[in-house]
Amino acid sequence: MKILVPVKRAIDYNVKVRVKADESGVDLTNAKMAINPFCEIAVEEAVRLKEKGVATEIVVVSIGDKSCQEQIRTALALGADRGIQIDTDQNLDSLQVAKLLSKVVEEEQPQLVILGKQSIDSDNNQTGQMLAALTGMPQGTFASEVVVDGEKVNVTREIDGGLQTVALSLPAVVTTDLRLNEPRYASLPNIMKAKRKPLDVKAAADFGVSLDSNVKVLKVTPPPQREGGIKVADVAELVDKLKNEAKVIS
Amino acid sequence: MSVLVYAEHDNASLKTETHKLVNAAQKMGGDIHVLVAGEGCQAVAEAAAQIDGVTKVLVADNAAYKHQLAENTADLVVELAGDYSHIVAAATTTGKNFMPRVAALLDVAQISDIIGVESEDTFVRPIYAGNAIATVQSSDAKKVITVRAASFDAASTGDSAEVTSLDVVKGSEKSDFVSAELTESERPELTAAEVVISGGRGMQNGDNFKLLEGIADKLGAAIGASRAAVDAGFVPNDMQVGQTGKIVAPQLYIAVGISGAIQHLAGMKDSKVIVAINKDEEAPIFQVADYGLVGDLFDVLPELENSL
Repeated sequence: MKILVPVKRAIDYNVKVRVKADESGVDLTNAKMAINPFCEIAVEEAVRLKEKGVATEIVVVSIGDKSCQEQIRTALALGADRGIQIDTDQNLDSLQVAKLLSKVVEEEQPQLVILGKQSIDSDNNQTGQMLAALTGMPQGTFASEVVVDGEKVNVTREIDGGLQTVALSLPAVVTTDLRLNEPRYASLPNIMKAKRKPLDVKAAADFGVSLDSNVKVLKVTPPPQREGGIKVADVAELVDKLKNEAKVIS
Repeated sequence: MSVLVYAEHDNASLKTETHKLVNAAQKMGGDIHVLVAGEGCQAVAEAAAQIDGVTKVLVADNAAYKHQLAENTADLVVELAGDYSHIVAAATTTGKNFMPRVAALLDVAQISDIIGVESEDTFVRPIYAGNAIATVQSSDAKKVITVRAASFDAASTGDSAEVTSLDVVKGSEKSDFVSAELTESERPELTAAEVVISGGRGMQNGDNFKLLEGIADKLGAAIGASRAAVDAGFVPNDMQVGQTGKIVAPQLYIAVGISGAIQHLAGMKDSKVIVAINKDEEAPIFQVADYGLVGDLFDVLPELENSL
């Protein structure tokens, strides 16, 4: 079966972000960029399904300007077979991304779409669910285990109270949580091989999807800073402060 | 203008997130209706009717909603959406699961995880793991919103709104519930507890989390963990406090053997009082702690338990 894995280029998770002085957004000038960590887990899961003989082809798609080809190549080096870049300079919201992806699904007809549950920049946690709704597919979000069983996929989900397992008819959408797997590192020979794998570029404007969002960012500010307090000498002083100063215990 | 609030519950009881959602909804304006979707959830509906500010409770009591699967829940909410200017759910794993489906089916954006309401169309939300705060304005005809409940106070109770049963049944054949493994605990839930005590990598192993239990029992606290402790396999993921886990804002948060990575701080920095216990006096957790105690947790914890 064919698996489609949409990936996003995002700031590297180790980079400390700075808000621009004019409050227009976050300063990404010269910031190290990477494949969004949850998307990397999605690629890894697809590759594992291929290694198990469940998947036959892995197609990676990313939406953005030319620079996101770097992340597509990373995914190809991890084991994906071919890439699609949907070219646009516009900053898209999840709904627009999901609409573009639904067109790719129409064209590619994958049995499984695996995405990261959220990107670590906009923290929306929306795209997979929206894609599922637009394509009429069932969804298994926040997955910690994915087992394909004939015409169904069993997805174990991380929920607030513990774990929940759902059985979905294929084709289906799965979004990844942290514990699904630990992504491998790409080997040098695979990085070299990835350069020769096919990568199609398509203009976002050609998909017949409106790319404009109805949500406007008015300002972006740094979070309020919490002031550090005092150090206490011992347990007795701590308990005394909590009882008599903060009054949070009795 | 009116707001539809999706009640957070487990069929047996109404969760406090719902009271907080109602408070957030009051800042958006208009009538507030609460939707209770589940099976055998009449008691939940009665409880929701008592929240001050709620004018009507809609109950969809059917096996199709027992596990609140995203496909069925979203279709139900979309069917009801016509009457409302705002649709609001908690940014829990339930709300995060079905709400984007609602937004996509209504062809509007979703505003995720808001921590503030500026006006009926302008909302505040954290981005970049809480390292930046965005104020966003939506011109969509319907606003589909998930709310970080910890950022809002709970609405009071005492009212009695009308409760109406719905006979709308939406069942998808493409998705079935198989099983659930829920963590059994006598303690309060992390996101609802007044006191939270969390352990980090400094706990060294899962067994040592027992040292937190005695203190948690005495304080009526929930027990949490840092991502480092979860990744190390000490405790299950549903105990994780942080950007990738649960967001908490209790009256008292006690961080034990937690260094204070940004991703952990994002999950607890809105707590009223923060206590840090760590043997490394340079640990970043002390920069946000109201009371810091430098010491070996294996000495401090038994002493703390005895002095409470």
